[in-house]
Parts: sequence; structure tokens; C-alpha cells
Amino acid sequence: MTITSVPAAAPAYNAQPQNIAELGLRESATFDRATIADIQRAAATGVYDIRGWGAKRKVPHFDDLLFLGASMSRYPLEGYREKCDTDVVLGDRHASKPLHLQTPVTIAGMSFGALSANAKEALGRGASEVGTSTTTGDGGMTPEERGQSKHLVYQYLPSRYGMNPDDLRKADAIEIVLGQGAKPGGGGMLLGQKITERVAGMRTLPVGIDQRSASRHPDWTGPDDLEIKIGELREITDWKTPIYVKIGASRPYYDTALAVKSGADVVVVDGMQGGTAATQQVFIENVGIPTLAAIPQAVQALQELGVHRKVQLIVSGGIRTGADVAKAMALGADAVAIGTAALIALGDNDPRYAAEYSALGSAAGFYDDFQDGRDPAGITTQDPELSSRLDPVAAGKRLANYLRVLTMEAQTIARACGKSHLHNLEPEDLVALTIEASAMARVPLAGTSWIPGM
Amino acid sequence: MVTLTAPETFSPTIGTAAAAADPTVLDLAASPVRELNQAVHNAVDGESWAVINPGGKHSLAVGINADIQVTIEGHAGYYAAGMHQKGDVTINGNAGVGLAENIMSGRVHVTGDASQSAAATGHGGLVVIDGNAGARCGISMKGVDIVVGGNIGHMSAFMAQAGRLVVCGDAGDALGDSIYEARIYVKGTVASLGADCIEKPLKEEHLAELAELLAAAGRTDNPADFKRYGSARNLYHFHVDNSTSY
Repeated sequence: MTITSVPAAAPAYNAQPQNIAELGLRESATFDRATIADIQRAAATGVYDIRGWGAKRKVPHFDDLLFLGASMSRYPLEGYREKCDTDVVLGDRHASKPLHLQTPVTIAGMSFGALSANAKEALGRGASEVGTSTTTGDGGMTPEERGQSKHLVYQYLPSRYGMNPDDLRKADAIEIVLGQGAKPGGGGMLLGQKITERVAGMRTLPVGIDQRSASRHPDWTGPDDLEIKIGELREITDWKTPIYVKIGASRPYYDTALAVKSGADVVVVDGMQGGTAATQQVFIENVGIPTLAAIPQAVQALQELGVHRKVQLIVSGGIRTGADVAKAMALGADAVAIGTAALIALGDNDPRYAAEYSALGSAAGFYDDFQDGRDPAGITTQDPELSSRLDPVAAGKRLANYLRVLTMEAQTIARACGKSHLHNLEPEDLVALTIEASAMARVPLAGTSWIPGM
Repeated sequence: MVTLTAPETFSPTIGTAAAAADPTVLDLAASPVRELNQAVHNAVDGESWAVINPGGKHSLAVGINADIQVTIEGHAGYYAAGMHQKGDVTINGNAGVGLAENIMSGRVHVTGDASQSAAATGHGGLVVIDGNAGARCGISMKGVDIVVGGNIGHMSAFMAQAGRLVVCGDAGDALGDSIYEARIYVKGTVASLGADCIEKPLKEEHLAELAELLAAAGRTDNPADFKRYGSARNLYHFHVDNSTSY
């Protein structure tokens, strides 16, 4: 949220004395300043806070894991000279045309509507430049996006906005979305400010209304129906197109197993740090589990069914660095997806817009009011003037640079662990820094052979 | 948005004047569903297909994108004529969940009953159900026209965005809950209306479009016997005073 979410009559919290520490004032850990501001905002408006991004609370994460580099018992590979492959095939279980990506870092689903057309184009350009895939969102496929994306994943969502068989057949993969990490069990939301004529037309909605989209699919519920639904999509696409099933991480062991049994080629698991364009803050911060906790459960389900590496696992939610990529893959993921990080690479929360973020009551590094459509960086907006600030070619180049860095960083770690392919990374290569991370990731606490609960 | 087909160009059974040529018969007791769908995907305009022994199988005649006629002689399972784009599909029997889901255009006709979520998210075209339809008929409809000869179940036209739903019998509970711009016509009783759905006056323009829809479905009901329902548009913008409606 921002202080502009509170009516002007409310006191601004920066009107406090400068020397809080000197006065010996004690801040409550329970009622910290952000919490107090939340209560004041709720009291002033009577509406829950809606914002973008994923969970901001601190949860056990990849930062709590370390790699054991090669030494006496394992040989490292020479950087730059010895090969460390990064490619990944997605969807070869049942589909006759699986995706073959050059890097395992893919772009997560984000809608045209939530994002500007320029931002969607930039995502396509950046992803295509490095040979990876990008994904549509709750709002259909735009020609800009299809045109600029070498590998395009078409999301199949409860709302079915813009869903049509022509685009379905044009897609390189279909992702049936059950949920996302920021809001497992939640539907979509796009506030009136962003429902322009084009967005409204694509979604068959009146211009300017608040769009509420359903949280359950309209024509199937549960795994038995899903199996039939997947069968229908395969029949429509003549069994050519890979079919993913995306789940928000809450019960990933069961959900992954059921997705496999329903016939998915690929399972996408999104942890609670995964972003959203607009969701209630209470939902983002209190529903779902961390990415770190989700991966081993999903991998266990795949292994028990004998399909690990046959049904590929894509993990998302808080991937920022090549180390995160390598850690996710060492825990058993076949690929990862980035959303928030990709937007930052495009130019989101850029300090050069500091003055404008300030005018919106936020700051560079904190801006999360994606629902308002007033993004100074021109990414989470439908305003023509703001959108035009984002040059899709330059932004696409920045994203490509970032994707290359993620890939090279992951390779650096894999070589240090003696692996000739990122997929050869394994849990054995990891230790945990904290008991919590050790228990969740199911790798030993550093310096011990202890995994709590195992 | 919708091209209506005159009723006289439509024939519910094989062997009458509708088919330009003798239909190619596909026996699903002998062939897999895959064969049927590949055949209709490869078909060219004007072809005619008759499917026998459908046995309630799922995903029959899905993704048709050519102006062809398909007649299914018997019951169909889930998603019959799903994502239909062109031509006519007739089911001489009952249809399972998600009949003609996401239909774009063309026409789908069921002579018996349809299960829940009939014509869900349909963007265009005409779906005719001579019998009853289950729950969630026309859920999230986006431009499709639906004519049901009998009754419809609860939560029908939930979040209906565009298109017309005509019910010649009764409607179940929570009709048109959270409806956007779709129009609903019901001849019989409505058990209850959903959030933000209200009865609206039946004006000349509505009588005219209703007459057209009924004729297209081959029905003789009198448009003046229907009532019209649609959105009160109170939930289009979130307001704290409406919080109990959600």
C-alpha cells in the first residue's frame, strides 16, 4: 500500500520527530509502523488493501541454503572451457511438439491488462533472444505478444477471458491455471482504472468496471474432471501441444500427484513469494507456503509416481539470482519461472522515477500498487503516456541481459559442483543454514547430517 | 456478434434434406475418439458426418473449424462440441458436463438434456437444448446465445458477461449471480435471483430479439410470455456499502 491509499485527512506518518531513537521510544514488534498504517488505512476506507507483488514477509528461502563445491571427492569443471549445458525439454510426456528451451529460466504468466502492451512485447523480445518461453495471463493472447515470442505458453484460466481455439492452436504450450502462489484459492482482479477499451474488448467486459474473475473453473472441479478437461484440450490441439498444470503452493505433494494422474505434461508450482498484479494483502501474506517448502514435496510426488524428469517441474516464487535457479534445480526442479524479477529487469521500481514514486506515496524499491495503473515505469499500466515510457526493444534487451546473467550464474555454481548440466545438480550438493530451511528443503543443516523430521 | 441460423436449414436426423451428401459414418464402438476428432479437424466445408455408438464418450467433435454437419446418434459425455467454431453439431441424446464449452460461433443442438455448465464461457454461436439443462448453464457466457426448452439448474448465467439465455421452463436458485451485460429471458418461474440480478422491463426490442432466438431454435413459444432479467450494475465498482452482497 501507499499513504495515498488513505484519504488526505488522515495524518501522514512522516510528520514524526527525527530523533525517535534518542527519545528512547520503543517500537512494538507486534504493532510496528506498517501494521499501524494498515489499521489506520482500513479504518479510514472500510476496504481491504489491494496490492501487487508477492509475500513481503520474511520466510525461509533459497538464501538459507548453500552449495557444497567440489573438492577432494568430486572434481569441479573448468569455467568457460568445460561444457555445462542449460537446455531443457518441456512437455514430452504426451505432446508431439514439446518445447526445447535454451535456458531453464522462463517467464511466468502475466496478463495484458495487468501489464502494458509494451511490457508484454518486451517480455517476449527478451525471452526470445535467449531462447526461453513467455506466458500469457488472464486476458488472452495479444498479437504483439505472439509476434515477439518464439515460445509462448497460453494460460487457460477460470475466467476464460479472450479464450479461443485459434489462439489455443497458435500456442506452443497450454498452462491450465488452478492457482498462483500469491493467492492459492483466489480469483483474478483488475480494477476499473486499467480496464481500457482494448482490455475490456479482449475480456468482453464494459469499459472501466472493476473486473472480478472466478476462482474456480466454470466447467470442471477436481482431478477426475481435470483429466477429462486435459483430454479435451489434447483432442482440440491434436495431441501436439504440451499441457502444463499450474498450482499455487499449498498442498504441493497432493496437487502434484493429482496433476500427474490427470495427465499433465508439466507441473508448475508457484510459492507464496510469487507475484500478483492485484490481490488483497491479507491473502498474499497469509495463504500458501514458501517456495522452499513446496519444491521437495512436489519432487517427492513425482519420484513416487516414477515420473521425475518425465513430467517436468517448473518452480516459481522468489527467483532472483542464478544461485536461486541452481538451488531450485538442485532440489529437483527442471526449470524455473520469474515474474517480479523480470519486471524489475524491464525497469520496474527504477530509482530514476524516485520523484514520481514519492508523489504516489511510495518509493523506488517499495512500489507495489500495480492495481492502480499509474506505474511511472510504464509497465503495470494501461495509460498511453505512461506506457510509452517503456521502450520494448531496450527493455527486452535488459531482460535478455538479466536472463543471461541468471543462466551464467547458475552454470558457475553447477561447474563448481562438478556438473556438466544444470539438471545434474542434486540435493546432495546443498546444505541449510537454518533448522527451518533444513526441514523444509530436506537437506542437512550445514556441518551436520541432521535433517529435522527425516 | 452472432449469426443466427434459420430453423428450416437445420435437420435433427441423418438422411433428410440437410446433408448435402450422404454422411460419412463413424462407429465409436470400433474407432477411438481421436479418429473422430482428427477427421473433423481435417474436414472441409460441406462435409457431413454421422457418429454412431457414442457411448457417452468425452470430448466428441471438439474444435471443429469447418462448415460441416456432425450428428451424434446417442449420448455424449463431457465437453461435446467443445470450442465449436463453425458448422452444426447435433446430439440426438443427452450431453454431459460442459456441452459446447467456449463455443465461438456455429450451432450445437441437443435433443435431450444437458448436464451442468452447458455453453460455459461461450463467445458466440447458438446452443439449443430441447430438454433441461443442469446447474451453471451459461456460466461466464461471453456472447453465446442459449435456448433451453425445459428448466435450468442453480447458478445459471453466473458472471454472465454477454449473450442471451432463453429458458422456456423454470430457472433454479441464484439465477444470474454477479451478472454483467448478458440478457436472460425466462418463461416459467425463477427460484431466486443471484446477487445484482434483477427483473427488467420487456420492451419491443427485447420481444423482437426473443422472437428471433426462439425461431432460430425451432420453437413456437410466445415471446410475450417471458420475463427479462439482467444486471442491476450495482457491483460494477467495489463499494463498502455493498460488502454484504459479496
